[in-house]
Amino acid sequence: MTKIYHLIRKEFLQLKRDKKMLPIIFVAPIFQLIILGYAVNMDIKNIQLAVYDLDKSSKSRELIRGFTNSGYFTLIDYINHYQELDHYLDYGKASLVVVIPNDFAKKINGRETAQVQIIIDGSDSSFAMASLQYATLILNRYSQNIVLELIRVMRYQGLRIPQIIPQVRVWYNPELLSKNFMIPGVLALLLMVITALLTSLGLVREREIGTMEQLIVTPIKSYVLLTGKLAPFVLIGMIDVILVITVANLWFKVQIKGSVILLLLLCIIFLLTTLGLGLFVSTISKTQQQAMMVTMFFIMLPMIYLSGFVFPIENMPKIMQAISYLLPLRYFVVIVRGIFLKGVGIKELWDETLLLFLLGIFIFSLSVMRFRKKLG
Amino acid sequence: MFKKLKPIIKKEFRQIVRDRRILAVLLFVPAFLLMMFGYALNFDVKHISLAVYDEDRTPESRNLIEQFIHSEYFDWNYYLNDKKAVDKLLDNEKAKLVIIIPNNFSKKLKRGEGAEVQIIIDGANANTASIISGYVNSIIQNYALKIISEIFQHSKVLRLNIPLEPRARIWYNPELKSAKFLVPGLIAFILMITTVISTSLSIVREKERGTIEQIIVSPIHPIQLIIGKTLPYMLFALVSAYLILTVGYLLFDIEVKGSQFLLFMVTLIYLLAGLGMGIFISTISDSQQVAFQISALITILPTFILSGFVFPIKNMPMFIQVVTYIIPARYFLVAIRGIILKGSGLGAFWKEVVFLLIFNILIFGLSWLRMRKIKI
Repeated sequence: MTKIYHLIRKEFLQLKRDKKMLPIIFVAPIFQLIILGYAVNMDIKNIQLAVYDLDKSSKSRELIRGFTNSGYFTLIDYINHYQELDHYLDYGKASLVVVIPNDFAKKINGRETAQVQIIIDGSDSSFAMASLQYATLILNRYSQNIVLELIRVMRYQGLRIPQIIPQVRVWYNPELLSKNFMIPGVLALLLMVITALLTSLGLVREREIGTMEQLIVTPIKSYVLLTGKLAPFVLIGMIDVILVITVANLWFKVQIKGSVILLLLLCIIFLLTTLGLGLFVSTISKTQQQAMMVTMFFIMLPMIYLSGFVFPIENMPKIMQAISYLLPLRYFVVIVRGIFLKGVGIKELWDETLLLFLLGIFIFSLSVMRFRKKLG
Repeated sequence: MFKKLKPIIKKEFRQIVRDRRILAVLLFVPAFLLMMFGYALNFDVKHISLAVYDEDRTPESRNLIEQFIHSEYFDWNYYLNDKKAVDKLLDNEKAKLVIIIPNNFSKKLKRGEGAEVQIIIDGANANTASIISGYVNSIIQNYALKIISEIFQHSKVLRLNIPLEPRARIWYNPELKSAKFLVPGLIAFILMITTVISTSLSIVREKERGTIEQIIVSPIHPIQLIIGKTLPYMLFALVSAYLILTVGYLLFDIEVKGSQFLLFMVTLIYLLAGLGMGIFISTISDSQQVAFQISALITILPTFILSGFVFPIKNMPMFIQVVTYIIPARYFLVAIRGIILKGSGLGAFWKEVVFLLIFNILIFGLSWLRMRKIKI
């Protein structure tokens, strides 16, 4: 035990001496969380609207008011010629144009179907899709109001008119704030990046400097050496998690609905995989530069893109989905979000926990085996 | 001046070609990353897992359910017999949307009262949830209008057509494929990371090995040194940029609608920004590890999060928006999305080009000042 203690002490002394590493370990995560927490926002508001009103009647103005009063659209300008329409969309001045034909009022009053054209800048597909939804909703509401007016007349004549009232309830995140979804994801991501990178670099550096050989010739068993090397990173990881949870809670008001203790316990299981990966990278790299490249391109980037952190896994092609099963972050993101947002317990997260644990054991023991072989 | 430049350029070339890893990072990793992640990045909200709990079990309720099944957005995965199952399906993320039709649905519909339908949406991912809610609302609205207009047809008292028919046209990206929007972003992201990291590491390595001192004592001006170091990387980065565009064209149908010449010029300016950042980082760091950490810190997350690649800049709070002005990818993205998707000319994004040029002047100026000060 005392041997492990001394090794851990040595590790901390080394970290303390490296002036540039300490801020990277403790300040960078908070800094990144704050930037990310504010920036990661896909809420759709202020859709820039241009109107080409050929009718210029009280009916068409009523329709335009429907758009401006909805809270989703900001009226940028009225268009007077069809050619101008191109300009507004090409230059990105408007993302949605409503074209009201000149027979609009006539058709509405004559109870015929009036066609309203909506032209959308589709380059940002998800934004365009949402804008289209809102625009359709507003047009449908306009239709409905006209019909309802008629219904009132019909009811008066004794006719029964049915109606359907959708009662929409949104669970887990009723205000539909994207920060509630993103911040737990950021926690998982930061924990992975920091621990995997630090572990691999820490080990490779000793090899580069040559101090690893000194450690090997001392009468320290390899598991003691490993524990001594890895324990500090577990501690750092846990401190980072607590820091991030605190900032999320106090600054962003994203409360954990579930149990903090469960989250911390599952973090340790997750650390098994990240430390294992770090260890593995250290066994296949000769220099720190190699270790960094491998960590970055084969661990960090796939985890950012394929873990479901931002991009939904169910949308990916089957091969990519299959690859994502190998990523520990995939399971951990579900776990963190479940505990944060839904307040679920181990019962609901059992599948993810088990898979994460198995993956952790596999990665970790494989890396330890490679590491011991390298030592011997 | 140019006589002295030539040997530096030659030496740098040899070094790059000899170091297989840097060469791979520069040339092939970008194309590989695009291939890998281009398929994964997808925000299309389709195949929404739907669960239905139909207490009513009447032709009317089945008719309503059919409206959902016939739309292309939903996968009808669960037909529930028990209300308790709703919680479980949502907690385990098996269903994203639950429709509950109460047992008085058809009765109320026939009586001409408002028939309620309960809709529960998993709101964890705010973006997806708001799009789902839009789909649901418009499906139900349409269905209600259809029922009403049928009744009107039978009544023969009054003639009624659906008052408004929205005709949507989507420009630039008619199928609303998110790849068209995201792949240009991915190109910006990958190019930035690879250029910054490879440049900064290669210069710092010379510092670490002490070979840079040999260059410094030779009668070479710092500016010549910068140019000589930059040019070869520039060339490789350009080749890489075109490789990546080819991959984008072959795999993701990303056709360049606008001018090839403009695309080349804008890419060149953008790559210079990346090289400038790489050189600047190398002037402030002494070891490859620190250089890598700084490069990763200022490229990966900022280019991913703050450039408008995924998250709209106009949604961010003011002080974060200010930060985005120092992210070169922000400008490049507007320009290449314009050229590739819309075929727009310089008029649409000249401001972005000016900002990028200013950024380049600043970053190279800063690097030059640092180089003079520390006499490297």
